[in-house]
Amino acid sequence: MRARIWGSRGSLATPGPETVRYGGNTACIEVALSDGSLVILDAGTGIRGLGLSLDGRRPARIDILLTHLHLDHLEGLGFFTPLWDPATDLHIWGPTSPVQSLSERIATVLSPPLFPVHLMDVPSSVSFHDAPQGEWAIGPATILSQPIIHAGPTVGYRIQERGRSLAYLTDHEPAIGSDLGSVAPEWISGFSVARRADVLIHDCQYTEEEYPARVGWGHSSTEHVATFAGMAGAASLVLFHHDPMHGDEQLEAMLRRVRDLYPHTDDVALAREGMEIDLSPGSAAVG
Amino acid sequence: MTEATQQRSIVLILARDLASMLATPMLIVDVEGAVIFYNEAAGAILGRPFTEAEPVAFEDWGPAFDPRDVEGKPVALAETSLGIVLKERTPAHRTLRFRNAEGIERVVESTAFPLYARADEFVGAVAVFWGKHEED
Repeated sequence: MRARIWGSRGSLATPGPETVRYGGNTACIEVALSDGSLVILDAGTGIRGLGLSLDGRRPARIDILLTHLHLDHLEGLGFFTPLWDPATDLHIWGPTSPVQSLSERIATVLSPPLFPVHLMDVPSSVSFHDAPQGEWAIGPATILSQPIIHAGPTVGYRIQERGRSLAYLTDHEPAIGSDLGSVAPEWISGFSVARRADVLIHDCQYTEEEYPARVGWGHSSTEHVATFAGMAGAASLVLFHHDPMHGDEQLEAMLRRVRDLYPHTDDVALAREGMEIDLSPGSAAVG
Repeated sequence: MTEATQQRSIVLILARDLASMLATPMLIVDVEGAVIFYNEAAGAILGRPFTEAEPVAFEDWGPAFDPRDVEGKPVALAETSLGIVLKERTPAHRTLRFRNAEGIERVVESTAFPLYARADEFVGAVAVFWGKHEED
């Protein structure tokens, strides 16, 4: 299994000179499984570049795993070139809602007046699935999805293949539901998804100074992610969902802070566009 | 259930967080009826604080409080508000008299309601209660 980050920004695409090192595209990660299956985590603006890169190497079936339907995780879908290819068999997974089906909720965004074409009119074959609570399989990988604390229905995903695991908790505020330093792990949102993951990609939107004014917005501070990752025992930690107000230098200061707080490993990195994560057996993971 | 999936429902995690911040006495049971948390205000009425021990089954936990109706007639656990929720998965309310862990007689109004994570997924129940008066 190999992963490549195509978008690591949170909330709003943020191009410009202040974000060139880590990128301005919103959440999207390509995960290539050992048999050639393609899994995509979220459909933020980063998925546009991913779609273009697939020319000539596109599998017939593509699975997109949406953590939730906030725009920064969905707004790239209409610009994903395989969506417009009749040969594409696209499977979109996402959190359940007590109100509307997944397709109805996505169609709200992919239809006029927000988008010029109705979702039902795209030429590819698109199937929608509620992400099961528990484990299921895509190709040779086992997928675990579980609801996590964010604003509205949201799930975290864990992809496991050949003994290696990638946990993805991009928009996550475990501290809203628990005192992370004192409760048992079973009471911590997302714990089972992240537990002993080889690579944990986790929300790190705020500094500790910013967080008190943003409690309940669904995101984590540097302290929260360090504590959470430490409890989960993740081997590598990738800080994700960068705040659009944070330029590269601010992000690097946050990285230093997390490294200070997370002594379990020196394998902590900022997610950046183009980052490759090798999770083949025996590999060193984050590159 | 594999090791990786052993975690409380997010609904229970949020319910516990809410309870921990409330001055309203609140108690949470899981889908099996095990008492998995109650807050400080509930502990004051029940006469003992919640401890982070293993969850205790409602049918093992409840009889110690000797629940009765306002006239003093015994009330089966299944007829308490929580018992009704666990059996019928509908909200319930009733007035109960019981003896707390400190031996103090209490009369409470108790309202319990089911927690559904999804329309077909019952994950537990919550009871909130108010002390009516105290008879030492």
